[in-house]
Amino acid sequence: MANPAARRQKIAPYVFIAPFFVLFLVFGLYPIGYSIWSSFFSMKLIGNAAPEFVGFRNYVNVLTVDPFFYQALLNTVILLFTGSLLQHFIALPLAILVNGRFVRGRELFKTAYFLPYITSTVSVVVIFGTLFDTNYGLVNWLIGLFSDGEKIRWLQEAPGIKAVLSVILNWKFVGFNMVVYLAGLQAIPTELYEAAEVDGATKLRQHLSITLPLLLPVIFFAVSLSIIGGMQIFEEPYILTGGYDNMGGDANSGLTAAYYLMFTAFKAYRLGKGSAIAWILFLVIIALNAVNRRVTRHLENR
Amino acid sequence: MTRRALAALPAHLTLAVFGLIFALPFWMVFVLASWPAREVLVFPPHLWFGNGLLENWQQLLARIPFARNYFNSFGIATLSTLGNIFFCTMAGYAFAKYRFKGRDFLYGFVIATMAVPGFLNLIPFYKMMVKFGWINTWLPLVVPGLAGAFGIFLMTQFLTNSIPDELLDAARIDGLTEFGILRRIIFPLAKPGLAVLGVVTFVGSWNNFTGPLVLLPKVESTTLPVALSALNSRVDNNLGALMLGNALTLLPLIIVFVFFSKRIIAGLTAGAVKQ
Repeated sequence: MANPAARRQKIAPYVFIAPFFVLFLVFGLYPIGYSIWSSFFSMKLIGNAAPEFVGFRNYVNVLTVDPFFYQALLNTVILLFTGSLLQHFIALPLAILVNGRFVRGRELFKTAYFLPYITSTVSVVVIFGTLFDTNYGLVNWLIGLFSDGEKIRWLQEAPGIKAVLSVILNWKFVGFNMVVYLAGLQAIPTELYEAAEVDGATKLRQHLSITLPLLLPVIFFAVSLSIIGGMQIFEEPYILTGGYDNMGGDANSGLTAAYYLMFTAFKAYRLGKGSAIAWILFLVIIALNAVNRRVTRHLENR
Repeated sequence: MTRRALAALPAHLTLAVFGLIFALPFWMVFVLASWPAREVLVFPPHLWFGNGLLENWQQLLARIPFARNYFNSFGIATLSTLGNIFFCTMAGYAFAKYRFKGRDFLYGFVIATMAVPGFLNLIPFYKMMVKFGWINTWLPLVVPGLAGAFGIFLMTQFLTNSIPDELLDAARIDGLTEFGILRRIIFPLAKPGLAVLGVVTFVGSWNNFTGPLVLLPKVESTTLPVALSALNSRVDNNLGALMLGNALTLLPLIIVFVFFSKRIIAGLTAGAVKQ
């Protein structure tokens, strides 16, 4: 190690990766530690009042007496199914279609479907708000062409709010999942399908017995991402229902867990309770991912 | 050939219908941005352009400091992008091309941090930023993310496959220092990877909503999405102005996407596709 060049070569990688670790320590790890600590205290987000140790009271409070937490969690889980998970039943068939042997313009379709994924949520939500306007929206106008019923009050009534949020989530993320599935499909050898065709298997049969089993790892991964993302949904309902003051609109229908967490911390300024909600939500996400793993393993062994 | 085309017709039709569904909201943003506020919501709805563009522009400027918001969005996104290009390439180079003690563990750690939900540290992070005096400045949205984990992952993947080890050995024999190799060899050769990282970082920062909502509460200090969302829930909201603001927020994204769609799609699905 006397050679200075060799020594520099030994130290260099540590210097090169240092910025990440310094930044993560200060802006990532320290706040996370503080978040655990603060969840056991009654403390305000602003001002200098001394924190008061309350043990598990924040957690107990959220899980037993808080009127909004379970409602928010239930809303989130409903939206997880109707918004984040439903789209896999659209994304996979779309990917199979785009991957079709005689399909032209594959890149064009990919690009068009992916665009919603990279657009700013505010613009998306505002435009969907006008599309679903009760009196002047395009959706009710289209419905009116086929039926004479009463106009649906999408944004004023609880079921409507969930429906619009589900449409937004499906529209925004289906292209991402489609691209992921398309990559998975392209990794499946075409000989498998040719052999099945020789055996006289129908297209549907081929997809059920070749595509689905071989794609299972990809489906597992895409669904995991949807669960992690779906359980954190905040921006869409926050913007659609008009911010903290409206708490998710009619009957709190759009109040998600993350929305309620943000409300607790940044509107009610209750730092300790907000941190407790954050950790409870984190555990729920871990649990849901464990369920996803279980289900996938069960399907693999069938 | 005709039989093939005929057989593929239902598939093409279905794909085209979905394409229209995905495109319609974008079309409507630009259509409605061109109608004056009192005519945005009419029955039956507009599907073609109007002549209220100028009026909407004046109304927009009268309601929010639009130029400031645009400048903030652009500045924060640019600084984040430059920082990530530098620091992520540096770290990615270390993980891809050096053998050092603890490398695999440290790389695994970087990857694992991506799975930590943002809401876990946001509340204490806000308190910290108040202490730092960084609220309503660009700093909390730029500095913590200068060496993002996703960017490090992207650059490690890219550099592992695209730079031959012999080239680096030859450079050392020629007397280049370790940083010299990074500057003279890695950065120039990493350009395709840097383009992906750069575009993805810029788009992510441009669309960030929760961060500026919490950290930049003042309307002159905040970014476009937050200013527009605030306008959306204000009593004196002007729907035409709001639509124009949204159209102008979307426009750069759509332009960038049209030019770099392949790279953006590859970059954003990199983690999911390479499993």
